[in-house]
Amino acid sequence: MTVGVLAVQGDVREHLRVLERLGVAARPVRRPEELAGLAGIVLPGGESTAMWRLMRATGLAGALRNAILAGLLAFGTCAGMILLARRVTNWPETFLGVLDIAVERNVIGRQVDSFEAQVAANGLGELPAVFLRAPGVREIGPGVRALGRLGDQPVLVEQGSLLAASFHPELTGDTRVHEMFIQMCRKGESWQHA
Amino acid sequence: MDNGTYRVKTGFAEMFKGGVIMDVTTADQARIAEEAGAVAVMALERVPADIRAQGGVARMADPVRIKEIQAAVSIPVMAKARIGHLAEARILEALGVDFIDESEVLTPADPFHHIDKWQFKVPFVCGCRDLGEAARRIAEGAAMIRTKGEAGTGNVIEAVRHMRLLNDQIRRLAGMSGAELVSYGKEIGAPVEVLELIQEQGRLPVVNFAAGGIATPADAALMRMLGCDGVFVGSGIFKSADPERRAKAIVVACTHYDDPQLLAEVSAGLGEAMPGIPIEAIPTEELMQHR
Repeated sequence: MTVGVLAVQGDVREHLRVLERLGVAARPVRRPEELAGLAGIVLPGGESTAMWRLMRATGLAGALRNAILAGLLAFGTCAGMILLARRVTNWPETFLGVLDIAVERNVIGRQVDSFEAQVAANGLGELPAVFLRAPGVREIGPGVRALGRLGDQPVLVEQGSLLAASFHPELTGDTRVHEMFIQMCRKGESWQHA
Repeated sequence: MDNGTYRVKTGFAEMFKGGVIMDVTTADQARIAEEAGAVAVMALERVPADIRAQGGVARMADPVRIKEIQAAVSIPVMAKARIGHLAEARILEALGVDFIDESEVLTPADPFHHIDKWQFKVPFVCGCRDLGEAARRIAEGAAMIRTKGEAGTGNVIEAVRHMRLLNDQIRRLAGMSGAELVSYGKEIGAPVEVLELIQEQGRLPVVNFAAGGIATPADAALMRMLGCDGVFVGSGIFKSADPERRAKAIVVACTHYDDPQLLAEVSAGLGEAMPGIPIEAIPTEELMQHR
């Protein structure tokens, strides 16, 4: 099983490192043809507008959207969550638009207010989390489950084959959220091969 | 909830990787940069080429200018403080600037020290010419490093020099014993604790961008080939004939630096690049990198 990491821009190396630590074959994805043969893909943190322009420049934007709609599992962190969201409340573009949530880009404001905190997650307990100019989840569709919250705000959500966090589990050394995604990928794979 | 921790500062810098940070002097330029796919903008009064041409004392930008640029874009906004100028840095932090560049492009304010960056919640990026300088800045709390290059020249040779030196020195650390590391630290003026970290990781412990003289998509690709995590483009974009196209091309080149076919496509028909300056034509005392 191979998991890809969208590698047009952002903290790609950190995600690759976590996946490798968990014994999963992982490789960067910059071009549409590199999507072939993946069990899942991680969309890392970075700048969503920059990532989107880079994805459009090579046709990766459309190819990735089609792959996800065809069942490719995806896990987005921070900017990755914004790319997956159905709607961005404070930005004129919709990006991949596959996850039924509405997000607001950068609810934190300026970087001096970015922070670390503990997040309460279903079945996982307390998770250390780093929030960097993070998106806020403003609406959740009926098929979406909130798996983790900070106060009463959803920060970790799941919808079938999609997982998204508004924080950066790849920066903390705690691999539980990635393990959850790998479980999803393994299930997806065994289902495909059944 | 903890803000301003080292992990929050260095983690934020990790998010810039693979990206291009562009110098802008107006809200319009900032919007062009954002639309082209910049990961952040550097808000300035004057780009380095103009600072070099006009001379005089170069200082922190007017807060009005910085606020206009902050209001114009959704991506992070950086700004420059003079080397050692604690008060300019505090003002920029109060303005909510997302990153401070303690920069040799401005006229230095303190002949003895750089800013003690551990005392701030806002992260800092600092320039370096070699490993000693990088290690000293990291010891002072810099969350990100960039090459100094020679700003405002449109000439990439100095950025290449600094990155080559840095790579060479990091490679030399690999085989060193503890005692050798102490001697080497003394030789290059680097704190041994930081050298130990670099030896362990085989790279700087923070993100390292290229800066100073990058003017073309090929320049950006070259710096990525040498191992830089991303690039700053100062005068190179808005001193060129077609800033919008050039900005987009440099963004693509920074990501696809190892794809010559695509580099050829984006490099075609960009119009005049900024006029460049040979380094030999600059009197030594006017080189910004020695600050």
